Amino acid sequence: MTATTLQQTRAAERPGYRLRHAARMEWIKLRSLRSTTWILAAGVVVTIALGTVAGLNTSDPKSDVTSNVLSGVIFGQLLLGVLGVLVMSSEYSSGTIRATLAAIPRRPLVLTGKAVVFGTVALVAGEVATFGSFLAGTAALRSSVPRPSLSDPAVLRAVVMAGAYLALIALIGLGIGAIVRHSAPAVTTLVGGLFVLPLVIGAGSRTAGQFMPELIVGNSLAAVQPVEGFGLSPWLELGIVALYAVVLLGVGRALLVRRDA
Amino acid sequence: MIDARDLTKRYGATLAVDRLSFSVRPGAVTGFLGPNGSGKSTTMRMIMGLDAPDGGQARIGGRPYQQARWPLREAGALLEARAFHPGRTGRGHLRALAAANAVPGSRVEEVLGMVGLESAADRRAGTYSLGMAQRLGIAAALIGDPGVLLFDEPVNGLDPEGVRWIRQLMRRLAAEGRTVFMSSHLISEMAQTADRLIVIGAGHLLADTTVAELSARAGGNLEDAFFALTADSAQYRAATAEGGF
Repeated sequence: MTATTLQQTRAAERPGYRLRHAARMEWIKLRSLRSTTWILAAGVVVTIALGTVAGLNTSDPKSDVTSNVLSGVIFGQLLLGVLGVLVMSSEYSSGTIRATLAAIPRRPLVLTGKAVVFGTVALVAGEVATFGSFLAGTAALRSSVPRPSLSDPAVLRAVVMAGAYLALIALIGLGIGAIVRHSAPAVTTLVGGLFVLPLVIGAGSRTAGQFMPELIVGNSLAAVQPVEGFGLSPWLELGIVALYAVVLLGVGRALLVRRDA
Repeated sequence: MIDARDLTKRYGATLAVDRLSFSVRPGAVTGFLGPNGSGKSTTMRMIMGLDAPDGGQARIGGRPYQQARWPLREAGALLEARAFHPGRTGRGHLRALAAANAVPGSRVEEVLGMVGLESAADRRAGTYSLGMAQRLGIAAALIGDPGVLLFDEPVNGLDPEGVRWIRQLMRRLAAEGRTVFMSSHLISEMAQTADRLIVIGAGHLLADTTVAELSARAGGNLEDAFFALTADSAQYRAATAEGGF
């Protein structure tokens, strides 16, 4: 076999579709469902609304005001995480997965396409939610409480990181959806991991709390003043949450390849 | 062209498909006939790369479907009545699939026209009747203008008009030189639509022949010929059922 024919054979075997094709498919899928828009909008609105209420209720001038007005993230993460689960699990409940995999039989590309597209959308929504919370929440402060500014030390970092956290929770939801495949048990797993596990383990041990996403966001990512028991840097804490997302998506990817659809 | 070689699938202790080998040739409608639970759907899912065989291999146009350059341009399949999100419009579903394989958007309108769904294209697919859902599934199978088509029970639950439409579509696709592989448990439907037949029972190949030849075995009655052929596998299944499943 000459070099040219060998090259031609290889070219024929390489798939024509790339990540951009998988991503375009996922983008159309995401946009063509009204529920996606509604859940995203609800996540943003709930986060901002609760942040505004927290601003209104802040009376202690020495408290971490930035952290207070970002506290709506605790509920916003639930909506974004559930949406992440549904992006994957609804493919199975509706049977769309068979059509998806017929179009993109190289399965890792399907999950990567979803992670890229949905992760980007969730990051935009997350940042809109946290910047909106900060602006609305600080505007609602009473005059006795000093108003933080985005140019104050660590404030911009806290707002940006809280938004990025929401995107990571969305990806964690996507990973859980890929592993569990059925909506109800996947959502239960997400809620258990986010809210119940910190209550059980985090309360018993302060060290373990530094590894619980829900406690990480409140005590480290969104905090401007250091919180006792959270000695790790916010960057490291964000890395821990990102690691959860990477591991769950990695397991989901391996299972997607191995299991029958 | 579809080639199955020693295709085998096991679910726990049950052998759903057992060293099944056959070829489906282009330019004809090939019926895939067998009692319920004989392994037809499993075989079709393995051909489309959705289920991994425990042994053997299926090829479309000479290579496994997973290795196709542009999969939807190689093969299209209707494997279940509703393989789309109920909240997405018919057009949205087709546009997403087209984008995945760089199929131009004009083809979406073309297949919508072919299946007669233009007026319902912007409705949420969850509101479709069974017949419309079936048409959307067929449009999805045709989106890449593929040379190979698989249809699993395409006439199930359709009204006589829908059945007739499917029959004419199958005939036309085969006349265009495509490979059309269609499963059904309706023997009379097969007699009217298919040229060739692959008959399986309990995961085994029982016959790979023409409709005319198989009918001739029972004096021209395809149904009698089918029951004679599948009697053993049916009895086997009845016996295992009594054995306490």
